[in-house]
Amino acid sequence: MKRHLISAADLTRDDAILILDTAEELAHIAERPIKKLPTLRGRTVVNLFFEDSTRTRISFEAAAKRLSADVINFSAKGSSVSKGESLKDTALTLQAMGADAVVIRHHASGAPHRLAGSGWLRGSVVNAGDGTHEHPTQALLDAFTMRRRLAGGRGDLEGRRITLVGDVLHSRVARSNVLLLATLGAEVTLVAPPTLLPIGVESWPCTVSYDLDAPLPKSDAVMMLRVQRERMNAAFFPTEREYSRRYGLDLRRMAMLPEHAIVMHPGPMNRGMEIAAEVADSTRSTIVEQVTNGVSVRMAVLYLLLGGNEPALSAPSTASTPSTGTEESTK
Amino acid sequence: MTAPGNTGGTSAARPKDLDPATARPVLDSSDINRALTRIAHEIVERAKGADDVVLLGIPTRGVALARRLGERLASIEDGAKVPVGALDITMYRDDLRLGPARALERTEIPAEGIDGKLVVLVDDVLFSGRTIRAALDALNDIGRPRAVQLAVLVDRGHRELPIRADYVGKNLPTSLRETVKVHLAEYDGRDAVLLGTRAADPAAAPTDAEK
Repeated sequence: MKRHLISAADLTRDDAILILDTAEELAHIAERPIKKLPTLRGRTVVNLFFEDSTRTRISFEAAAKRLSADVINFSAKGSSVSKGESLKDTALTLQAMGADAVVIRHHASGAPHRLAGSGWLRGSVVNAGDGTHEHPTQALLDAFTMRRRLAGGRGDLEGRRITLVGDVLHSRVARSNVLLLATLGAEVTLVAPPTLLPIGVESWPCTVSYDLDAPLPKSDAVMMLRVQRERMNAAFFPTEREYSRRYGLDLRRMAMLPEHAIVMHPGPMNRGMEIAAEVADSTRSTIVEQVTNGVSVRMAVLYLLLGGNEPALSAPSTASTPSTGTEESTK
Repeated sequence: MTAPGNTGGTSAARPKDLDPATARPVLDSSDINRALTRIAHEIVERAKGADDVVLLGIPTRGVALARRLGERLASIEDGAKVPVGALDITMYRDDLRLGPARALERTEIPAEGIDGKLVVLVDDVLFSGRTIRAALDALNDIGRPRAVQLAVLVDRGHRELPIRADYVGKNLPTSLRETVKVHLAEYDGRDAVLLGTRAADPAAAPTDAEK
């Protein structure tokens, strides 16, 4: 690709499969007594988090450390400087410190794109979630989990039926997942109340439904999205109880799934809201597994971006331009 | 946003592809068989049996050679089960930064582990010795063998590190302009070792870059 990972749309099918295959090999490292590889010795990875996060930051930190990179955690919370200026100054500081990669989470959609396109940094930029735009490594770890559970850990997800349910409007996880899953050949259905679907969703490579019961019996995986109360400053649904009844995954709905189907959630969960506690704790739930897989997938991304003298992901000619349009349009 | 220049997609510092016009066979299928049988006997002789031997092949072709050696050890030692695995050394290479990040191969450590065992590393061609150095580093992160030995099908010389093989199928004097290519039935449809000069234009050569 690209020196950066900003959007799941940056990844070709071959890139995505290379990342998943690499992650599959790196997953074995976790079973060893010494969970460390020397590959990124002397490289510096900066975790630049403008927004709260536990699992993503810890996951990136663990991934970088297992590859022997030096990790600097930069929590920019509380910064009152306006977005453009603060980002630029921060970027120049990181450049001066010799950051080889910057993992950025930002509340503003498009911040990682700005950072990558500005020329402020020579290193790679990895998007760890920007506003309501994208979260590509989450999509990769979700695809990794699905591939392990549904496709024997190999190849793509051709023909698998994946249902994403809930707050699509505020969900960067949903957008990245839809793009990546389409690249990998899966058939994606989004289920949400009309108020929680973004404008332009009809152009996404997926089908949309307002009824959760219909797609469940033929789903291979159901992913419940968190209802993002912190981003909701308007009334998107009448009551939480009504939302939960119409769009929550409870035991009755889980029973409608095929035998092999898995239940996913990117976390953090609102137990009892979008997912019932019994469902979250059932054997079909891959929620804890997703966290474990996150480290392997992020190791693969960091290795492929930083391990050589240039990124291993696909040829520059195909991937360098199209990101601009998609990202600008989501701001 | 792409790295400047170097878009040819070639890998590695040392182009190793064989120019097919110059390739001549130096070992055929029966030579390879005899060499492996001899190496198996030598391993048993030096280890006084095959009880604690673990064979670890270095991908890709070392893995098939390790499997073949394992079968021979089993037949020599009356059905003794010799654990065979694979050890990918990509993450330990010293030339990683000279090319794009490489795809990883599979590492499979036998369930018995390697602690206290006699690990025999198996590779197809011994050249600079850098692969073996990387393999020793990789082993270090996996366990503590009783001893580590090295078996190779071909030793072509030109060592750049103080490393030697314990078991050699064939010593093959070569010049640095030449390259050695091992074909094995498991991957290439037939067994043969070819010697020839390197392909003239490394940038145009196919991607498989081994020794």
